[in-house]
Amino acid sequence: MGMTMTQKILAAHAGLDSVTAGQLIHAKLDIVLGNDITTPVAVNEFRKAGFDKVFDKDRVAIVLDHFVPNKDIKAAEQSKTCRQFACEHCVSHFYDVGKMGIEHALLPEQGVVTAGDCIIGADSHTCTYGALGAFSTGVGSTDMAAGMATGTAWFKVPSAIRFHLTGRLPANCSGKDVILTIIGMIGVDGALYKSMEFTGDGAHALSMDDRLCICNMAIEAGAKNGIFPVDDVTLAYLNGRSERPPVVYQADEDAEYEKTVEIDLASIVPTVACPHLPENTRSAAQLHDIRVDQVVIGSCTNGRMEDMQAAYEILNGKHIAPGVRCIIIPATMQILRECVQRGWYTAFIDAGAVVSTPTCGPCLGGYMGILAAGERCIATTNRNFVGRMGHVDSEVYLASPHTAAASALAGYITEYREA
Amino acid sequence: MYTQGKVFRYPDNVDTDVIIPARYLNTPDANELALHCMEDIDAEFVHKVAKGDVIVAGWNFGCGSSREHAPLVIKTCGTGCVIAKSFARIFYRNAINIGLPILECEQAAQEIGAGDEVKVDFDTGIITDVTTGKTYQAQPFPPFIQNIIRCGGLLKSLKEGEQHG
Repeated sequence: MGMTMTQKILAAHAGLDSVTAGQLIHAKLDIVLGNDITTPVAVNEFRKAGFDKVFDKDRVAIVLDHFVPNKDIKAAEQSKTCRQFACEHCVSHFYDVGKMGIEHALLPEQGVVTAGDCIIGADSHTCTYGALGAFSTGVGSTDMAAGMATGTAWFKVPSAIRFHLTGRLPANCSGKDVILTIIGMIGVDGALYKSMEFTGDGAHALSMDDRLCICNMAIEAGAKNGIFPVDDVTLAYLNGRSERPPVVYQADEDAEYEKTVEIDLASIVPTVACPHLPENTRSAAQLHDIRVDQVVIGSCTNGRMEDMQAAYEILNGKHIAPGVRCIIIPATMQILRECVQRGWYTAFIDAGAVVSTPTCGPCLGGYMGILAAGERCIATTNRNFVGRMGHVDSEVYLASPHTAAASALAGYITEYREA
Repeated sequence: MYTQGKVFRYPDNVDTDVIIPARYLNTPDANELALHCMEDIDAEFVHKVAKGDVIVAGWNFGCGSSREHAPLVIKTCGTGCVIAKSFARIFYRNAINIGLPILECEQAAQEIGAGDEVKVDFDTGIITDVTTGKTYQAQPFPPFIQNIIRCGGLLKSLKEGEQHG
């Protein structure tokens, strides 16, 4: 029986000719990742267990992104723990303020992760790198500690659901609308323990930013990983960027999938996930009676260049609705710099928005846009659980940058319609 | 090994943001974090929970973030075990890695009532609802995972492997 793309990568990293779904394996890791919230717990575990060195200083990545520049003294202490550990172990991929970005935008951008890699990260959205044709999954701090110490991790080989994409997206839709539509179809545990493998000519037609966004939210369907095949788009993205040579794995023609879901991208509409689960999806057109207090455009899901571009094209020369607060957060310093250079920051500010340095901040209710009781936000982030962005009685609606920017101008949830 | 205590019931899709809200994640200190366990879904939980008590929930318990703080606060509060119809995969891994006993058992998760007295035998996977007298058989862990649990967590099992390997 053939293997899926994920199974091929796992078999190669476990030194096995083949693996089957359900098999427990030990696999070699190419990159082990942590952030300023999960790394301190991993550092404690690492030290407590008596480990004194990391398996490879070039294969550990520590990114301070959740609460930096530090939001308070405790957050500063956590960053300090990460900084000291990185220094002590000469971690080459350590990203502090000034260099940092939101980890899942930063590592692909900087070429730290590449096609064919096997990656764990102590952050649930580590599944993002599947867009590059890597196996990449979120774990906890103890797994991170074990990964840093041994360069290996145990996995149960996942089965897979294939999402066969055809057609082309409408102009006012992006990868976010695709993944929200899928989560709405299969539910927040619809791919629990499984891989989501994206195939078809529609998948190849998607930009890298769209693919990164789609894989980023695979976890919101409960998946272990999301993955796209490597094609010309991938190789063009990796070329001149990837620190290590990409390795291309392809699913066998007779690979076994639990099921195949056919999706015509032309049928996708601007989609919004209503409180309090990412599966509660509606079309934006059905939600015009929902007024918003705040709009957030950013995060590891939608803080990339194409997301900033969508915000710019919609907000440029316009003004956000009275009473709406609009927060725009480019995901990395490179993206921020590019936005400034292109004059987009001026356009955002003239439109009445506020712009921030890269941070996960508001997405997880950390800082930089916390909601009060009864307030409502439309955000390009990834979770809308109870209390996710602040008070337990606040509400988060998840949407694409197009929909969020259009809603900022309208003051209520609306899809973007070209003038 | 077993735990015995009263049951706290929660619905499907209990996420890590309600288990431990991110606004408190500016410290790795488990005792400090545990003061806010389940705060956004049940503010009374930390005041009522006693050592050995059992959380019973529906599908996809622990979905969302990879924060290990989530199973850690549940354990630190004194909770002896979580029984659910299913667990989100990162929570499942984290619970095993830090030594919080968790059991998947759809029927038990469906039938056991809030406030019931429950006894859970981790060696056999038998769950007894002392209040109703009914027993349930949970899915046993594969031997590989049993070994992690026996060693007292992932890192200890790795250390043990180093010594024997």
